[in-house]
Amino acid sequence: MSLLTSLARLRALDEGIAQPVATVRHCHLAERPMVFIPLKLSGEAAAPLAAMLGTDRGDPRLLVVPQPRNRDLRFAWAAELAGVLLPYVEGFLGDTETVERRNADPYERTVDAPQIIVPNQGGMAFVRLLGRSTRFRRTDGPYPVPESVPLLGRWLTYFAERAAYPGSSLMLAATDELGRHWASGQSSLEDANLAALLSWITTGPSDDAEDPLVWPPAGPATDPGFDAEVLAPAIEGGSPERVAEALRTQLEPTWRLMWQAIDLLAGLPEGASVAQRWEQDRGSFSGMAAHVAEGTPPQARRDGAVAAAAKLARMERAQAAYDVQRAYDDPLVMAEYRLTGEAFAGEVIETVPDNVEGEGRSRKLRPLVVIKTDDPVRLAPGTSLGTPQRRTQGAELVSADDGLVTVKITKGMGRGRTAAPGAVPEVGERVCYTSLTDDFQGSPSLPESEATPWTHGGPPQEYTPDDEDAQEEWS
Amino acid sequence: MTDSPEQVIRNVLADLPRHRGVVVDSPPGAGKSTLVVRAAAHIAATGEPLMIVAQTNEQVDDLVARICDKHPHLTVGRLSAGGYVPPLRMLELPGVRVGTRIQDLGDPDIVIATADKWAWIGERVWPWAIVDEAYQMRSDKLLRIAGLFERALFVGDPGQLDPFSIVDGDRWSGLSWDPLQSAVSVLLRHNPGLPVHRLPVSWRLPASAAPVVSQAFYPFTGFRSGTGPGDRWLELTAGGMGTVHDRALEEAARSGWALLELPNRHTVRTDGEAVQAVALLAQRLLQRGAVAGSEQGERPVTADRIAVGAAHRDQVAAIRAAGLPPEITVDTANRLQGREYDVTIVLHPLSGRRDATAFHLESGRLCVLASRHRHACVVVARAGIAELLDAHPSAEPVQLGVPVKFPDGWEANQAVLEHLSRHRV
Repeated sequence: MSLLTSLARLRALDEGIAQPVATVRHCHLAERPMVFIPLKLSGEAAAPLAAMLGTDRGDPRLLVVPQPRNRDLRFAWAAELAGVLLPYVEGFLGDTETVERRNADPYERTVDAPQIIVPNQGGMAFVRLLGRSTRFRRTDGPYPVPESVPLLGRWLTYFAERAAYPGSSLMLAATDELGRHWASGQSSLEDANLAALLSWITTGPSDDAEDPLVWPPAGPATDPGFDAEVLAPAIEGGSPERVAEALRTQLEPTWRLMWQAIDLLAGLPEGASVAQRWEQDRGSFSGMAAHVAEGTPPQARRDGAVAAAAKLARMERAQAAYDVQRAYDDPLVMAEYRLTGEAFAGEVIETVPDNVEGEGRSRKLRPLVVIKTDDPVRLAPGTSLGTPQRRTQGAELVSADDGLVTVKITKGMGRGRTAAPGAVPEVGERVCYTSLTDDFQGSPSLPESEATPWTHGGPPQEYTPDDEDAQEEWS
Repeated sequence: MTDSPEQVIRNVLADLPRHRGVVVDSPPGAGKSTLVVRAAAHIAATGEPLMIVAQTNEQVDDLVARICDKHPHLTVGRLSAGGYVPPLRMLELPGVRVGTRIQDLGDPDIVIATADKWAWIGERVWPWAIVDEAYQMRSDKLLRIAGLFERALFVGDPGQLDPFSIVDGDRWSGLSWDPLQSAVSVLLRHNPGLPVHRLPVSWRLPASAAPVVSQAFYPFTGFRSGTGPGDRWLELTAGGMGTVHDRALEEAARSGWALLELPNRHTVRTDGEAVQAVALLAQRLLQRGAVAGSEQGERPVTADRIAVGAAHRDQVAAIRAAGLPPEITVDTANRLQGREYDVTIVLHPLSGRRDATAFHLESGRLCVLASRHRHACVVVARAGIAELLDAHPSAEPVQLGVPVKFPDGWEANQAVLEHLSRHRV
């Protein structure tokens, strides 16, 4: 936890209400998000019990497995779930735009993409397990399932995988996103309770959040008291309606909380880089849709050596970009870097807009800016700098002492003999410079999977679906 | 009785043609670079081209200088990235060519570059490779370059810092090709039959340090120091003023270790008092005209022979800002790996902390910081680390399929702390 977040948490505790740790929203919010609250059977890894989902807050769909130990009923539930989720996902495929690429063929990208919002990390993990347990099902042979079930599994797996990329918004966990924008006065473990976190943000901490009779757990696990006293008798009674009504009481309160969380996030203005990250999400989604359309086999059970390395490289790239973009978008995030000396903000007190370096043909315009700052500057002369005020600009630290920092602008001030208007900050302007830059080299290529070298076990065996897949336990 | 270092090196060279890969574990200062240079000359003598992989530009430059020094008849090509500026000493070396492309180098006996640079090279296969600091190399880097060579010698220190990532890689833990594991672990898991040799003697660490470091960080393999108890000494020629800092330096000169303990307090990472203490120790060490004597003769401990180590970059920045002579190296454990100094001053990773996270408990971090010195190591820490450790037993989740790793960071920290407590000032 950083110093600033710790301070915000202390202040939240002191004032009895959560404190903002962001001034803008750092995730994309879809116009029509799919809110998905799954419940599983206690004691099982991923045996589905029920789900409440939908894109309309006034009209949630409730899907229930009346007897969660019955395999056929679970598959019927998965097929029902596919009946809601797949049309939602496929609804985005029709409207596309052509994207030109350097060194590659243009491709079609959907103009919008689906967004699934689950309550918490547990919900994300459940989506991943549900995808894992349905994507290898067969529509023929022993234990056949409806065609939509393995397709649902592939999409759920995709959403869960994509959620591991920092900054992606295709699937969000409500508690995670709230926690990125507000600091409560409770521990991060307690923050995983949606009801508790929301009450910290809206009205202040309340004991009701811990009471399963007022706010049942947001899933995927259910309250043990409810399991023993209500659910078990209802299932044993054999009446599907009674089970459904019992589960509705557990899901409806969370349904309301989910939409409250969405409203809170929607109340924040969107960060400047959010659209760019959503564009990448749309590209990724279109790629997945193309895979599905081509009929490629489902995602492998485990990443092979090459796939793992490739994924790690992409995730690291996404993490680095996300960190930098958030700081550039949000002065409150940048403040963290100002505290650690990786950024500084202050007032411009002097400029030399026509400063030049070199002679003759190598003569280059290098405007100088002197900034007065109270921040501790821990950057060495020569460090490359960027600035949120002029994102295309590059600069270099010349010297920093006694609160006076001299910066040399090296990029993005125009090609002329004098700097373009507005490129050099005016005296009196408040500016911020940082050594964080969103300037990454691409990563070198990996071998083809079939050419995995001997150091990594050689080429992997290819996956061929067989009847044993159907024998696999489904829980 | 273990083999002599010379015998181990001969065994390694003899194993090279017999196996696809050979691994050599080397404790701190055990002559790893000497081995790399010898193996390079040995392979070059067969007339077959050789590629050498190191992890950082400094390591590459170091190796180039050593190879040219020992074997001036060998031609060396140094591949580098576009922005790299070769140090002057490199350009003056005969037989060395620097270039950004293989074609620029002519056809040298040895081509050497960082793993990151090698990953961009393709379309050629070398019969031999030497991978230096292979325990600090992530296995995904090895994956990118393994197609470039047929056989390889992997050399590294298993006790130092494991490679890391800014993202959570738990999803791959347990897989034999986990990209976050070190190159050597992945190599050995897929090729369990490869021979693993160990260099048995540390030439760097003095007799006062080798047993401590060996027991704490290499509990099963162990090593001994190449010099005896009286062979190294450190003398402060100017008199002291009796301050705690002076007494800490005197203790370090006498015994090879000192712990300057500050009052117990929870602090921010850039603990002002601790930073001041570290800076003052370094200044006093210079002012008191320390002279180090060893098998290499007698020489004054100048600023470039002193290093200051810390766990975090902001601590390093704070210490630098405290006004040290620029010749003194101040850096994080990660960047001090593979370096050697006469005296080191260390800000203990757990000093002033409220919690002991996996990052701070990682045994490699402390191992690097406690094993860079030829003569003495002074540790600055707030009191209460032992209690902090007791309150934070290692509670990392156990993952299926992951080999148990020794030493345990928690235990290693306790062992070092116990030893330091005998040298407390």
